[in-house]
Amino acid sequence: MSASPVYLDAATAAPLHPVARQALLAALDDGWADPGKLYTQARRARQLLDAAREATAQTLGVRADELSFTPSGTAAAHGAVLGGLAARHRVGSRLVHSAIEHSAVLHAAERHVAAGGTANAVPVDRLGRLDLTAWSDAVRAPGVALAALITASHEVGTVQPVAEAAAACADAGVPLYVDAAQSVGRVPLPAGWSVLSASAHKWGGPPGVGVLAVRKGTRWESPWPADEREGGRTPGAVNLPAVVAAAASLRAAAADAAAQESRLAPLVDRIRARVAVEVPDVEVVGDPVHRLPHLVTFSCLYVDGEALLHALDRRGFAVSSGSSCTSSTLRPSHVLEAMGVLSHGNVRVSLHRETTEADVERFLAELPGIVAGLRAEAGVVGL
Amino acid sequence: MPDEVLDCRGQRCPLPVIAAARRMPEVPVGTVVRVLADDPAAAVDIPAWCRMRGQEFVAAITGPDGPAYDIRRAH
Repeated sequence: MSASPVYLDAATAAPLHPVARQALLAALDDGWADPGKLYTQARRARQLLDAAREATAQTLGVRADELSFTPSGTAAAHGAVLGGLAARHRVGSRLVHSAIEHSAVLHAAERHVAAGGTANAVPVDRLGRLDLTAWSDAVRAPGVALAALITASHEVGTVQPVAEAAAACADAGVPLYVDAAQSVGRVPLPAGWSVLSASAHKWGGPPGVGVLAVRKGTRWESPWPADEREGGRTPGAVNLPAVVAAAASLRAAAADAAAQESRLAPLVDRIRARVAVEVPDVEVVGDPVHRLPHLVTFSCLYVDGEALLHALDRRGFAVSSGSSCTSSTLRPSHVLEAMGVLSHGNVRVSLHRETTEADVERFLAELPGIVAGLRAEAGVVGL
Repeated sequence: MPDEVLDCRGQRCPLPVIAAARRMPEVPVGTVVRVLADDPAAAVDIPAWCRMRGQEFVAAITGPDGPAYDIRRAH
């Protein structure tokens, strides 16, 4: 029996916003020239780029000259971490970060450590919330060049105490970098950060556009070979049509964010409540209250995560998993590990502007049977 | 020292957890079972199973047989 597709992995990539599609097509015709040149076509491209930057800066609450477009959210995160560390190498070589950062941040940290620096992962509690006392102690230690904190967990949805963490950084004179990939275009941004990164395909823009914002007065030095484009923060020609589409869709997403939040948050609450009741031996993870409006994660005891993803896919449901068997490294998600919650049989469901109540109801109707079927196959019923 | 050992080396999660869940009800209350499991997910999932089932997670040990996890049957 075929099942109509229900895409529930917006935290990986949201479906392209119709405004993005429209802007992309228009900009393909109009924005192909190099915006740095001195002829008519270039001036048109420059206008499009300037307008995209102005609109994006306005939505993020920064100045246009503080914002650069990068080739991806990952590139923005790498630049944020390595550039923040490079600029303050005379102060020290220590990076403080939460244990639940995105792998892009952790991979940049690994690079820093391989080059002789140090990195200090600050723990989270069972709900995935930063240990503020440990964080304050860590940023106060001598030789801290940069602190990195995700605004809200991309895996479990727990919103982090960014304002408090930022206050501790300010007291210690340490700049704070926030990975805001899951927050931008969905929820208001916290205050107090010095550097921010985000990723357009999380808010309905096209893939291949990241955003890096560095506030005035922040010491940050490009870790890349010299290039004057994008304020010298990221090398190479920007994918201008995609940037234009990203900016247009961010404006649309931000304008619609409050309405989407009040529509999606109750659906997430419904999934959390119903899964806990209707699927036996399940652990619904993440903070039940202080959470993103579009993302929910749970783990099913005795179930193989990869088998669960495939079974859901056969029924038309696209979701993500933090289970070890679904990762190329065969390690469980470092986020679930840091929280100390069950990592196998893990499912992350993330909703978007096209998700309907009927989609969620169908998922909730089918999930218990799918899990029960896998448990019966594995012979683990009644354990 | 454990009262018995379950060798789950080479098994991927959730198999070591399933093996522990099968064995624990068969041993007397108070018995300590050591689960040998080299899948890195076991380090998270065996303590999580103990918490969900109200069993006592005694300790994680790395010995000559690799990573091991001691569980005491609490009820």
